[in-house]
Amino acid sequence: MAAPPDDTLAALLGESSVLAPAGRSAAAIAELSWWLFGGATLIWLVVIGLSIYAAYFGPRAHDEAKVRLLVVGGGAVIPTLVLAGVLAWGLWLMPQVKPPLPQGAVEIEVEGLQWWWRARYRAETGETAVPVANELALPVGRPAVLRLTSPDVIHSFWVPALAGKMDMIPGRETVIVLEPTRTGVFRGACAEYCGASHALMSFAVLVMEPAAWEAWLARQAAPAEPPASAAAQRGMAVFTEYGCGACHAIRGTEADGDVGPDLTHVGSRRTLAAGALPNTPDDYVRWISDVHEVKPDANMPPFGMLPEGDLAALALYLDGLT
Amino acid sequence: MSGRDKLLDWARTRPGESVQEAQERRLAKAWETPTGWRYWSAVNNTEVGLWYTVCAFLFFLFAGVLALIMRAQLAVPDNDLVTADQYNQLFTLHGSAMMFLFGVPSFEAFSILVLPQMLGARDLPFPRLSAFGFWCFLIGGVFVCGSIYFDAAPKGGWFMYPPLATEYQDGYGNDIWLLGLSFIEIASIAAAVELIVGALKTRPPGMRINLMPLYAWYVLVVAGMILFAFPPLIAGDLLFEMQRAFDWPFFDPDRGGDPLLWQHLFWIFGHPEVYIIFLPAIALVATMIPAFAQRPLVGYSWVVLAAVGTGFISFGLWVHHMYTTGLPNVSLGFFSAASVSVAIPTGVQLFCFIATMLVGRATGNVPMLWVSGAFAVFVLGGLTGVMVALAPFDFQAHDTYFVVAHLHYVLVGGVVFPILGAIHYFYPLVGGRSLSPRLGKIAFWLAFVGFNLAFWPMHISGLRGMPRRVFTYEPGMGLELLNLVSTIGAFTLATGLAVFLWDVIRPKGRQPVSARNPWNAGSLEWATKIPPPPWGARTIPAVSSRYPLWQQENFVADYDAGRFYLPDAEEVKRETIITTVIDARPIQCLRVPGPAWLTMIAAGFAGGFFILGTFELYALAITCGALATATILAWLWTGTAVEPEKEEKDIGLGVTVPLYASGPASVGWWAMFITMIGDMAAFAGIVFGYYFFWTVHPEFPPPGSRGPGWEWPTIALAILVLAWAVTMGAQKAIRGGRERLGIALLAACLVLGPVGVAALAAGPWLTGMDPTAHAYPATVWVLVLWTGIHLAIGFVAHAYCLARALAGRLTARRDIDIRNTTLYWHFMFATVLVTVATIGGFPLVS
Repeated sequence: MAAPPDDTLAALLGESSVLAPAGRSAAAIAELSWWLFGGATLIWLVVIGLSIYAAYFGPRAHDEAKVRLLVVGGGAVIPTLVLAGVLAWGLWLMPQVKPPLPQGAVEIEVEGLQWWWRARYRAETGETAVPVANELALPVGRPAVLRLTSPDVIHSFWVPALAGKMDMIPGRETVIVLEPTRTGVFRGACAEYCGASHALMSFAVLVMEPAAWEAWLARQAAPAEPPASAAAQRGMAVFTEYGCGACHAIRGTEADGDVGPDLTHVGSRRTLAAGALPNTPDDYVRWISDVHEVKPDANMPPFGMLPEGDLAALALYLDGLT
Repeated sequence: MSGRDKLLDWARTRPGESVQEAQERRLAKAWETPTGWRYWSAVNNTEVGLWYTVCAFLFFLFAGVLALIMRAQLAVPDNDLVTADQYNQLFTLHGSAMMFLFGVPSFEAFSILVLPQMLGARDLPFPRLSAFGFWCFLIGGVFVCGSIYFDAAPKGGWFMYPPLATEYQDGYGNDIWLLGLSFIEIASIAAAVELIVGALKTRPPGMRINLMPLYAWYVLVVAGMILFAFPPLIAGDLLFEMQRAFDWPFFDPDRGGDPLLWQHLFWIFGHPEVYIIFLPAIALVATMIPAFAQRPLVGYSWVVLAAVGTGFISFGLWVHHMYTTGLPNVSLGFFSAASVSVAIPTGVQLFCFIATMLVGRATGNVPMLWVSGAFAVFVLGGLTGVMVALAPFDFQAHDTYFVVAHLHYVLVGGVVFPILGAIHYFYPLVGGRSLSPRLGKIAFWLAFVGFNLAFWPMHISGLRGMPRRVFTYEPGMGLELLNLVSTIGAFTLATGLAVFLWDVIRPKGRQPVSARNPWNAGSLEWATKIPPPPWGARTIPAVSSRYPLWQQENFVADYDAGRFYLPDAEEVKRETIITTVIDARPIQCLRVPGPAWLTMIAAGFAGGFFILGTFELYALAITCGALATATILAWLWTGTAVEPEKEEKDIGLGVTVPLYASGPASVGWWAMFITMIGDMAAFAGIVFGYYFFWTVHPEFPPPGSRGPGWEWPTIALAILVLAWAVTMGAQKAIRGGRERLGIALLAACLVLGPVGVAALAAGPWLTGMDPTAHAYPATVWVLVLWTGIHLAIGFVAHAYCLARALAGRLTARRDIDIRNTTLYWHFMFATVLVTVATIGGFPLVS
């Protein structure tokens, strides 16, 4: 089994810098950040310069009355003004950073689970919701409203390039609005410590032109195509035989489990197991046979006892579910 | 010779002995430290403070080694040096140990060690309480830290968020965290009470509150904050452990609980905690800066106001740890404003320090190097703190390595560097010899450069999308170099600390004893000879200035000659002076107890209660709890309110004060009062839980649920108010000399209390409220439980008074036991009233 090149996974999951924004909210925060960094550098230089001067280079005995003015000015008045300024700016930014719910937005329900993401695109024309997992796509230039929940522990939904984060709290629903401003692939990750494999809970957000996005959504809504090759058909039989369908759904087949990720189009995703592995047949084999080596404490049981041929066929089948 | 004759012999001045020699001999005898294995029965602040400080520092090193393992794991991407599970134990224990076993205790330990010296007192008012706190701290700390060697350490993070830490992590780890650290928190609160009373009541005559050393002001502020911040966490821990052990669903949303209740309780503690750790280090800086600048601190009253202001504001910021929980924008705005405002008092303090150095003539030395480095690091941490206080910025930075960088800049710059500087500065005062300036400089530069290498890149790591608490990261995100540099920096920092440690422990036998007052400081603690004699202050000085060594003429000569108060121990007993709170008039000569094993034994049994409870060995745990109670009662019986052989004592300079005091004149009354304020804060945390549920549920109590009704709670209230009134009656009778009536009334209390508890429990019991069914019955039951436990303690207090009265030790003139019991019952009245109004009354109006 060839090890994937080092940068594959990161490239698959996309950009993730706060300072290279691709969304309206993130852009507003990035601008604020640059001013804060600049201002902080300036204040740091002045204060530390003054303290070094006072401690090591000061000519003797400055006049105490003047120095008291420095305390009032430097310690109280200037900080108050500066802080009032940045606070006002921060508050003024709030409607851009955390906007009121927009009209005509893409509506998605997202659940964080140990350690993956379940999402349902709310149908716009009365059809049933489109279930996806561990990968979202959004149309550029159109806001998306994400309703966030968690059935197990607290997670936090974070796509640095698009917006700040929002916690997913059992028993509550929180909301985040994303408004992508350029196309690309952007990495998301869980930001709240959520147990053993907290580090292995990322996802990709694909920002597309609206037409491409419509096509993507239609594709995700469609049932799985029956396997074409004999090997893949064998893989499908293995899937059924070993009861994978108890946890996983593959729409268009009898597998309708609701415990683990929907696998109808698993082969189309950029990564496996919420960003833990790239998505190649070898990775399916590794994941299925050695779940806990890849992702400690994951809920899926390992199927290392499967005969090698079955495993390879299963991987081929799943990889073909595009 | 009998023991008494021996003492009399010691008390006699010997032929050929000068008055001063005789005085010093008697002082030395009274304050002598036990030797051999009995050394560990010492309770004097110089021993307990030293052990405490050394232990806190050892826990710091331990937590630091955990951090090095984490940095080694993160040095390269996809590393497998440790497993995910081990890593999660490491970061949980690193944070918990740094906060609970180093941050807070190091302040308390160091204050126990030096506060009496700074106040010219011979000891703190309750030496045995300090010793008890130390042993609790040691037992609890070893218990919590030791768990990692059994792969059983807590792994829920130092913040232990439910439901992860309540329902999704099996094993004893999280219970060890909850019970072990609750145990330590109780010790922390005990030390805080001790320090508050110490700062308020053991100041030397003449040291009015506006002359008090700034360090003592910070002690007051910080200990006060501990008193209000730790109890809500203990309340939270109680709810948490009730859920883990008995399935009471406080944080389970399926049964009406809410995970956010824990976050509120935790951060109401957790944010002040940061200032509880940070302010003491500033206090050290405020103590050292005048010695560096060779002049009094500029802006004493500003610094005091700023410290008090920081203390207050710090209780209004907790929600900034919860910006991303989906709160409304109004709350975010309010808490943003409160959070940035805390920078203002901090700025004032910093500028007062800079101003002092501008006005004075700075003397470059190693402690000052540490303080300068601290400024450079801390100011950057403060500036990033303003950034994360702004909600929009925090949405991005929260729970990323940016915050890891921020908090380490604040805590290492604001706390660790000043502490290391202070160790260098105060070392001669404790160890008698100086640390090496050369090693000090090497240690500083390694630590300073290493620290910045380790933590500065983390700002960038965070902004590039690296969340906190990840055991690994993938290559290709631009994190490899940053993390490698961080790891190299961490090991460089560790090398600097190793040099520092070597300087501290290296043999110094050949080195001459340090000069007296080596920094030419002006504050009282440097009046002592070096190496310091065990009695602390040679004589308790009359103070009329903030820097007596600089500002009072002939001070050191008078001090050495014993020309102030209590220059002698005529009866060979340990004595210190109690003064009034504001203007420090002497009002009592307090005899403080000497070495004892009882405190260690009590701590051992109390530790047994918590540790055995962790492993669900409830029968053994309760046995230990009972033994701890019995030991503490024996300690109180033999060691407190001791009958003096005379009413008054001449303490010198023509002042005569009583040897016995009760009520507000006594330190015991103050300790009880302050403890109960903290107790009320914990109770408020639980009551907050009840009303919090009311705010998160559309209807609370939930429709269709049976409450405890109003009848039984009202009956309980009536009975317990009667018990309170009878307690006051007993006090009146005893103080009026009608001791038999007092005994009868106390006996009546022993009946009324338990009957009241039964009536209180009857409400939820008879209506069949099942605490595992829903958060509502669980909350009602926990209020009843809390009140019941407190009434049980009240029962023990009544029984103790009754026994003391029957033994003839509680009389009209010796009334401290009943007065403290009555004070306790005043707070019981408040507790019962609020409990009854909440569980019985609130459902009627909601």
